[in-house]
Amino acid sequence: MPLMYPLVFAAFLFSAGVYGVLARRNAVMVLMSIELMLNAVNVNLVAFNAYLRDELVSGQVFALFVIAVAAAEVGIGLAIVLLIFRNRETVNIDEVDLLRW
Amino acid sequence: MNGQEVAFLILAVIGGLAGLLVVTSRNVVHAALYLVVALASVAGVYLLLAAPFVAFVQVIIYVGAIVVLILFGIMLTRAPVGRRVLDNTLRARVGAFVVGAGVFIMFTVFLGGAFGDERIENQGATATEALGESLFRNYVLPFEAVSVLLLAALIGAIVLARRD
Repeated sequence: MPLMYPLVFAAFLFSAGVYGVLARRNAVMVLMSIELMLNAVNVNLVAFNAYLRDELVSGQVFALFVIAVAAAEVGIGLAIVLLIFRNRETVNIDEVDLLRW
Repeated sequence: MNGQEVAFLILAVIGGLAGLLVVTSRNVVHAALYLVVALASVAGVYLLLAAPFVAFVQVIIYVGAIVVLILFGIMLTRAPVGRRVLDNTLRARVGAFVVGAGVFIMFTVFLGGAFGDERIENQGATATEALGESLFRNYVLPFEAVSVLLLAALIGAIVLARRD
Protein backbone atom coordinates (compact mmCIF):
# COMPACT_ATOMS: atom_id res chain seq x y z
CA MET A 1 0.00 0.00 0.00
CA PRO A 2 1.44 3.44 -0.87
CA LEU A 3 2.45 5.38 2.24
CA MET A 4 0.48 8.36 0.94
CA TYR A 5 -2.89 6.62 1.47
CA PRO A 6 -2.86 6.73 5.27
CA LEU A 7 -1.04 10.07 5.26
CA VAL A 8 -3.70 11.77 3.11
CA PHE A 9 -6.46 10.15 5.20
CA ALA A 10 -4.83 11.46 8.38
CA ALA A 11 -4.33 14.92 6.86
CA PHE A 12 -8.01 15.02 5.93
CA LEU A 13 -9.15 14.00 9.42
CA PHE A 14 -6.78 16.58 10.94
CA SER A 15 -8.09 19.37 8.70
CA ALA A 16 -11.68 18.42 9.53
CA GLY A 17 -10.71 18.70 13.21
CA VAL A 18 -9.09 22.10 12.64
CA TYR A 19 -12.24 23.30 10.89
CA GLY A 20 -14.40 21.98 13.73
CA VAL A 21 -12.34 23.63 16.46
CA LEU A 22 -12.54 26.99 14.69
CA ALA A 23 -16.12 26.83 13.39
CA ARG A 24 -17.99 25.43 16.40
CA ARG A 25 -19.08 27.48 19.39
CA ASN A 26 -20.37 24.62 21.55
CA ALA A 27 -17.62 23.39 23.90
CA VAL A 28 -18.57 19.70 23.59
CA MET A 29 -18.33 19.94 19.79
CA VAL A 30 -14.87 21.51 20.10
CA LEU A 31 -13.80 18.55 22.27
CA MET A 32 -15.08 16.13 19.58
CA SER A 33 -13.06 17.97 16.92
CA ILE A 34 -9.94 17.68 19.11
CA GLU A 35 -10.54 13.92 19.28
CA LEU A 36 -10.56 13.82 15.47
CA MET A 37 -7.21 15.62 15.35
CA LEU A 38 -5.65 13.27 17.91
CA ASN A 39 -6.85 10.30 15.85
CA ALA A 40 -5.22 11.74 12.74
CA VAL A 41 -1.92 11.92 14.62
CA ASN A 42 -2.31 8.29 15.70
CA VAL A 43 -2.92 7.17 12.11
CA ASN A 44 0.34 8.87 11.13
CA LEU A 45 2.25 7.21 13.98
CA VAL A 46 0.98 3.74 13.10
CA ALA A 47 1.53 4.27 9.36
CA PHE A 48 5.15 5.33 9.83
CA ASN A 49 5.66 2.45 12.26
CA ALA A 50 4.57 0.05 9.50
CA TYR A 51 6.61 1.90 6.85
CA LEU A 52 9.85 1.89 8.89
CA ARG A 53 9.28 -1.65 10.26
CA ASP A 54 10.54 -0.41 13.60
CA GLU A 55 11.94 -3.14 15.83
CA LEU A 56 10.88 -1.28 18.98
CA VAL A 57 7.34 -0.72 17.60
CA SER A 58 7.75 2.88 18.76
CA GLY A 59 4.93 4.20 16.58
CA GLN A 60 2.36 1.89 18.09
CA VAL A 61 3.64 2.48 21.63
CA PHE A 62 3.33 6.21 21.17
CA ALA A 63 -0.12 5.78 19.62
CA LEU A 64 -1.11 4.01 22.86
CA PHE A 65 0.31 6.92 24.88
CA VAL A 66 -1.64 9.41 22.78
CA ILE A 67 -4.84 7.40 23.32
CA ALA A 68 -4.26 7.41 27.10
CA VAL A 69 -3.56 11.14 27.16
CA ALA A 70 -6.66 11.75 25.00
CA ALA A 71 -8.75 9.85 27.54
CA ALA A 72 -7.37 11.98 30.37
CA GLU A 73 -7.89 15.14 28.33
CA VAL A 74 -11.51 14.43 27.48
CA GLY A 75 -12.28 13.53 31.11
CA ILE A 76 -10.85 16.79 32.45
CA GLY A 77 -12.32 18.76 29.52
CA LEU A 78 -15.83 17.50 30.13
CA ALA A 79 -15.51 18.13 33.87
CA ILE A 80 -14.56 21.75 33.10
CA VAL A 81 -17.42 22.08 30.58
CA LEU A 82 -19.82 20.71 33.20
CA LEU A 83 -18.56 23.18 35.79
CA ILE A 84 -18.94 26.09 33.34
CA PHE A 85 -22.46 24.96 32.51
CA ARG A 86 -23.35 24.72 36.19
CA ASN A 87 -22.05 28.21 36.91
CA ARG A 88 -23.11 30.08 33.78
CA GLU A 89 -25.95 28.04 32.22
CA THR A 90 -24.12 27.94 28.88
CA VAL A 91 -21.41 25.95 27.10
CA ASN A 92 -21.00 28.56 24.39
CA ILE A 93 -17.28 29.27 24.32
CA ASP A 94 -17.83 32.82 23.05
CA GLU A 95 -19.63 33.71 26.27
CA VAL A 96 -16.96 32.24 28.55
CA ASP A 97 -14.73 35.32 28.54
CA LEU A 98 -13.82 35.64 32.21
CA LEU A 99 -10.09 35.82 31.44
CA ARG A 100 -10.47 38.31 28.60
CA TRP A 101 -10.19 42.05 29.14
CA MET B 1 -4.61 -2.31 -6.88
CA ASN B 2 -4.87 -5.14 -4.40
CA GLY B 3 -7.52 -6.03 -1.86
CA GLN B 4 -5.73 -4.26 0.97
CA GLU B 5 -5.78 -0.96 -0.92
CA VAL B 6 -9.45 -1.35 -1.89
CA ALA B 7 -10.35 -2.04 1.74
CA PHE B 8 -8.30 0.96 2.82
CA LEU B 9 -9.98 3.26 0.32
CA ILE B 10 -13.46 2.14 1.41
CA LEU B 11 -12.56 2.71 5.09
CA ALA B 12 -10.96 6.07 4.30
CA VAL B 13 -14.03 7.30 2.39
CA ILE B 14 -16.37 6.20 5.21
CA GLY B 15 -14.10 7.70 7.88
CA GLY B 16 -13.54 10.94 5.98
CA LEU B 17 -17.27 11.44 5.34
CA ALA B 18 -18.07 10.68 8.98
CA GLY B 19 -15.35 13.10 10.09
CA LEU B 20 -16.84 15.82 7.88
CA LEU B 21 -20.30 15.15 9.30
CA VAL B 22 -18.93 15.38 12.87
CA VAL B 23 -17.85 18.96 12.27
CA THR B 24 -20.86 20.04 10.17
CA SER B 25 -23.84 18.24 11.72
CA ARG B 26 -26.59 20.42 13.18
CA ASN B 27 -27.39 18.01 15.99
CA VAL B 28 -24.88 17.33 18.79
CA VAL B 29 -26.04 13.75 19.36
CA HIS B 30 -25.79 12.97 15.64
CA ALA B 31 -22.30 14.45 15.62
CA ALA B 32 -21.30 12.15 18.51
CA LEU B 33 -22.67 9.13 16.63
CA TYR B 34 -20.81 10.14 13.46
CA LEU B 35 -17.72 10.36 15.65
CA VAL B 36 -18.27 6.66 16.49
CA VAL B 37 -18.24 5.83 12.76
CA ALA B 38 -15.08 7.89 12.16
CA LEU B 39 -13.26 6.31 15.12
CA ALA B 40 -14.33 2.81 14.10
CA SER B 41 -13.03 3.30 10.57
CA VAL B 42 -9.74 4.56 12.01
CA ALA B 43 -9.64 1.29 14.00
CA GLY B 44 -10.09 -0.57 10.69
CA VAL B 45 -7.19 1.44 9.22
CA TYR B 46 -5.02 0.31 12.16
CA LEU B 47 -5.91 -3.30 11.34
CA LEU B 48 -4.84 -2.76 7.71
CA LEU B 49 -1.59 -1.17 8.92
CA ALA B 50 -0.74 -4.38 10.84
CA ALA B 51 -1.49 -2.95 14.30
CA PRO B 52 -4.29 -5.12 15.75
CA PHE B 53 -3.61 -4.28 19.40
CA VAL B 54 -3.85 -0.53 18.76
CA ALA B 55 -7.04 -1.18 16.78
CA PHE B 56 -8.68 -3.00 19.69
CA VAL B 57 -7.50 -0.38 22.19
CA GLN B 58 -9.00 2.23 19.86
CA VAL B 59 -12.36 0.44 19.85
CA ILE B 60 -12.36 -0.13 23.62
CA ILE B 61 -11.17 3.31 24.74
CA TYR B 62 -12.47 5.65 22.06
CA VAL B 63 -15.72 4.02 21.01
CA GLY B 64 -16.37 2.41 24.36
CA ALA B 65 -15.32 5.10 26.81
CA ILE B 66 -14.65 8.50 25.27
CA VAL B 67 -17.79 8.65 23.11
CA VAL B 68 -19.91 7.51 26.06
CA LEU B 69 -18.29 10.25 28.15
CA ILE B 70 -19.06 12.80 25.43
CA LEU B 71 -22.67 11.60 25.24
CA PHE B 72 -22.95 12.08 29.02
CA GLY B 73 -21.48 15.55 28.60
CA ILE B 74 -24.11 16.33 25.96
CA MET B 75 -26.91 15.07 28.20
CA LEU B 76 -25.71 17.02 31.23
CA THR B 77 -25.31 20.32 29.36
CA ARG B 78 -28.78 20.37 27.82
CA ALA B 79 -27.78 19.78 24.20
CA PRO B 80 -28.92 22.60 21.96
CA VAL B 81 -29.89 21.86 18.35
CA GLY B 82 -29.45 24.07 15.32
CA ARG B 83 -26.89 25.90 13.26
CA ARG B 84 -27.05 29.14 15.23
CA VAL B 85 -26.22 27.80 18.70
CA LEU B 86 -23.66 25.23 17.55
CA ASP B 87 -21.70 27.12 14.90
CA ASN B 88 -19.90 30.42 14.76
CA THR B 89 -20.96 33.20 12.42
CA LEU B 90 -20.74 32.63 8.68
CA ARG B 91 -17.67 34.81 8.50
CA ALA B 92 -15.86 32.76 11.14
CA ARG B 93 -16.90 29.55 9.39
CA VAL B 94 -15.53 30.75 6.05
CA GLY B 95 -12.27 31.60 7.81
CA ALA B 96 -12.24 28.18 9.49
CA PHE B 97 -12.84 26.51 6.13
CA VAL B 98 -9.96 28.42 4.56
CA VAL B 99 -7.63 27.41 7.40
CA GLY B 100 -8.77 23.75 7.28
CA ALA B 101 -8.46 23.50 3.50
CA GLY B 102 -5.09 25.25 3.64
CA VAL B 103 -3.80 22.79 6.25
CA PHE B 104 -5.02 19.86 4.15
CA ILE B 105 -3.43 21.13 0.93
CA MET B 106 -0.18 21.98 2.73
CA PHE B 107 0.09 18.52 4.30
CA THR B 108 -0.79 16.75 1.05
CA VAL B 109 1.70 18.71 -1.05
CA PHE B 110 4.57 18.53 1.44
CA LEU B 111 4.07 14.87 2.34
CA GLY B 112 3.54 14.00 -1.32
CA GLY B 113 6.85 15.66 -2.14
CA ALA B 114 8.65 13.81 0.66
CA PHE B 115 7.01 10.37 0.63
CA GLY B 116 5.09 10.28 -2.67
CA ASP B 117 6.82 7.16 -4.03
CA GLU B 118 7.26 5.23 -0.79
CA ARG B 119 5.28 2.08 -0.13
CA ILE B 120 4.43 0.19 3.04
CA GLU B 121 5.59 -3.39 2.46
CA ASN B 122 3.20 -6.16 3.35
CA GLN B 123 4.02 -7.57 6.75
CA GLY B 124 2.64 -9.76 9.48
CA ALA B 125 0.61 -8.14 12.23
CA THR B 126 2.64 -6.81 15.15
CA ALA B 127 2.45 -9.36 17.94
CA THR B 128 1.02 -7.99 21.16
CA GLU B 129 4.00 -9.66 22.81
CA ALA B 130 6.45 -7.47 20.88
CA LEU B 131 4.44 -4.38 21.73
CA GLY B 132 4.35 -5.26 25.43
CA GLU B 133 8.06 -6.03 25.46
CA SER B 134 8.88 -2.65 23.91
CA LEU B 135 6.44 -0.88 26.22
CA PHE B 136 7.80 -2.37 29.43
CA ARG B 137 11.46 -2.51 28.46
CA ASN B 138 12.25 0.61 26.40
CA TYR B 139 9.34 2.88 27.24
CA VAL B 140 8.64 1.99 30.85
CA LEU B 141 9.36 5.52 32.14
CA PRO B 142 6.83 7.28 29.86
CA PHE B 143 4.42 4.45 30.68
CA GLU B 144 4.69 5.22 34.39
CA ALA B 145 4.37 8.93 33.66
CA VAL B 146 1.15 8.25 31.73
CA SER B 147 -0.25 6.25 34.64
CA VAL B 148 0.49 9.12 37.03
CA LEU B 149 -1.11 11.50 34.52
CA LEU B 150 -4.25 9.33 34.41
CA LEU B 151 -4.41 9.31 38.21
CA ALA B 152 -4.04 13.10 38.30
CA ALA B 153 -6.74 13.49 35.63
CA LEU B 154 -9.03 11.14 37.57
CA ILE B 155 -8.66 13.08 40.80
CA GLY B 156 -8.88 16.41 38.97
CA ALA B 157 -12.09 15.44 37.19
CA ILE B 158 -13.69 14.30 40.47
CA VAL B 159 -12.64 17.49 42.28
CA LEU B 160 -13.93 19.66 39.43
CA ALA B 161 -17.24 17.93 38.91
CA ARG B 162 -18.43 17.18 42.43
CA ARG B 163 -20.89 19.47 44.11
CA ASP B 164 -19.88 20.89 47.45
